[in-house]
Amino acid sequence: MKYVTIFFQYVAQYMKSRLTYRTDMVIEIVSDLLFQAVNLIFILVVFDHTSFLNGWTRDEIIFIYGFFLVPFAIFGAFFNIWDFNERYIVKGEMDRILTRPIHSLFQIILERMELESLFGVVTGMAVMFYAARDLHLSFSWYDPFLFAAFVLGGTFVYAAIFVLIASISFWSDSPTSIMPMMYNIGNYGRYPVDIYNHVIRFVLTWILPFAFVGVYPSAYFLGREEWYSYAFLTPLMGLLFFSFSVVMWNIGVTKYRGAGN
Amino acid sequence: MAKYIEMIRIRFLMMLAYRTNYYSGILIYSINIGAYYFLWNAIYGDKGSIEGMTALQMTSYVAIAWMARAFYYNNIDREIAQEIKEGKVAVEFIRPYNYLVMKTMQGLGEGIFRLSFFSIPGMVVVALIFPITFSAKPEVWLLFMLSLLFSFMINMQINLLTGMLTFFFFNNAGLIRAKRVIIDLFSGLLLPISFYPGWAQHIMGFLPFQAISYIPSMIFTESFAGSEIVNALFFQILWVLILIVPIQVLWLAARKQLVVQGG
Repeated sequence: MKYVTIFFQYVAQYMKSRLTYRTDMVIEIVSDLLFQAVNLIFILVVFDHTSFLNGWTRDEIIFIYGFFLVPFAIFGAFFNIWDFNERYIVKGEMDRILTRPIHSLFQIILERMELESLFGVVTGMAVMFYAARDLHLSFSWYDPFLFAAFVLGGTFVYAAIFVLIASISFWSDSPTSIMPMMYNIGNYGRYPVDIYNHVIRFVLTWILPFAFVGVYPSAYFLGREEWYSYAFLTPLMGLLFFSFSVVMWNIGVTKYRGAGN
Repeated sequence: MAKYIEMIRIRFLMMLAYRTNYYSGILIYSINIGAYYFLWNAIYGDKGSIEGMTALQMTSYVAIAWMARAFYYNNIDREIAQEIKEGKVAVEFIRPYNYLVMKTMQGLGEGIFRLSFFSIPGMVVVALIFPITFSAKPEVWLLFMLSLLFSFMINMQINLLTGMLTFFFFNNAGLIRAKRVIIDLFSGLLLPISFYPGWAQHIMGFLPFQAISYIPSMIFTESFAGSEIVNALFFQILWVLILIVPIQVLWLAARKQLVVQGG
């Protein structure tokens, strides 16, 4: 309960600070939209020149992309802690966090919140509906629930990977560029994994399971039965990976020594 | 002039101190190139060529576009925005050099550093992993280098413009991000301009962005030939000249407008 109250207090505070620079906030949302549009334009332009991508049609690829946007938006709003090392370890901010009686990861998530990113949920849904209409997909009554479960699973997969990498900083505070690398690897999950070779496919499924954020769960809605087992694994993968990352984080915090002056 | 060359040197040395960051950078770019390599191969399927480019030329296009990006790309716009926000820019105004030229020189120092420690080794790594064609003709390399220099200048000018807009918006992180996305898309980094539908190509013909990535990459992969190269280079030179005007206007306006926030 205390956590819920604190969460909403932070949200209120966040809104106040963002509304100070209104123009910038609008531009930021627009630039998010632009960013999402860029990838859509890429798909549209490419399919002007070909009708199948390894057996997947244009609308299926667009659907996968639309799905990907939803968990990615939620991840971006709450778990986007790419500058954790620099901001909290090198600058010693972690000391401040640890003196407070709230779980350290929770505090950092609150401080680094970027709620504008949630607009991506709307965009993603719109893109999916657009593609679903052209594909004449039919949905059952339980599909919205599965959708919610898959989205949460995907969000937690993403979050887990970033929390794990952030935890590395507890052991080594030397700057690494692993974080930006993850964004780029994450892009692989937006396309059907069968266009990649076996090694990359394995990595995207079991090591850095980005495929669970886009292609696998979408395959269920697209009726691609060969991928169903992977699709239903999505919530489980999210849960497992996220629990593992929190455990690693908790171990990491005990190893934290402070940057010193 | 000597002082500006010194600025290039200092920025180069500064970057050199952090060179370990760049080894992982090469990996990042290779990952990006790899993603597009598989994607383009799936797109080509068993088609011989699309829009006059073979799958091999396309792979080389993607590789060189990303490696060239390391040279022209910099965060000078963000640095300018930061200096304006912190009020440091007020001190820069009274120093005996032109602030904008100084920033350009710092960007060039960064570019030269990245070219020698990132692009060249990166290209070797990428060429080992993916099939890439290199031109054997020295004139292609020469023209490529020339056009790369112009693409640096145009990208820099756009950076100066976005950076200076902070004078008017106070906080323009969003605008800087939007600019980056626009450049990635319209410069031809992600898709060669010739792949776009005709009407879009027509519009982009009136914008400077394709001078940043599309032109040097097309020259490098020998997808441009003869008069196409000459036209492309003139297109770049024209834009370098045109962009000087808004920069000067904005600079003069900014000096009157300057509000130092705190400090």
